[in-house]
Amino acid sequence: MKDFKAQTTKKSAPGSKGGLNQEIQARIGHQLRAMYDDVVKQGVPDRFADLIKRLDEPPQGGHVAASESERRD
Amino acid sequence: MPLTDSLRDDILAAVPSLRAFAISLSGNGDRADDLVQETLLRALANIDSFQPGSNLPAWLFTILRNLFRSDYRKRRREVEDADGSYAKTLKSQPGQNAHLEFEEFRTALDKLPQDQREALILVGASGFSYEDAAAICGCAVGTIKSRVNRARSKLSALLYVDGAEDFGPDDTVRAVIGSNG
Repeated sequence: MKDFKAQTTKKSAPGSKGGLNQEIQARIGHQLRAMYDDVVKQGVPDRFADLIKRLDEPPQGGHVAASESERRD
Repeated sequence: MPLTDSLRDDILAAVPSLRAFAISLSGNGDRADDLVQETLLRALANIDSFQPGSNLPAWLFTILRNLFRSDYRKRRREVEDADGSYAKTLKSQPGQNAHLEFEEFRTALDKLPQDQREALILVGASGFSYEDAAAICGCAVGTIKSRVNRARSKLSALLYVDGAEDFGPDDTVRAVIGSNG
């Protein structure tokens, strides 16, 4: 679905409740992404890298059904 | 599908954005990481139900979002970010003004209804399409669009107030809260 971005030529009058101020929306978008990206930039904490590595080992006597023979190259 | 090396790498690659999503939703760094851990355990336990070639991040986000919501219903945000534990998870300590601005933004974000907050984060920060966000939240695309729009206009009312030129942020927020009862 395409959004109509072009319909911003009509300047919203000060105090009008209708159109959202584009500049304010840009600031909100920027703050939201800044908050989010700050965490993304921290990368993968060891805690999670270890967790996935540990679970990647074949379970010993686990309950995982061996319906298919798993090949791991 | 079985957990192949490449699938495992893809899951690992999604962890940073899963954390960002969890922290944005919950506002609490410790709780967010528990949520991510639970998400990974669930994902790995149910890896057979993942369709190869489908959108892995969207699948993981769906798991996290559902976990958060069931957890949320139970706990009702009893643990707020009272001591700023969220801010402590941030690596780059912003300057004081930027920090204040950040706190205000966080506070305003927390005032949004949960449906609107998650829609805004998924579309505005995680970069999902409206279609993917709708699939993650289990609702119609039009519903997501209207939640995002309502979230944006509520945030702008909370943070900036329509047309205010020389606002003092604190006063602005208080005025809005006060006038809205």
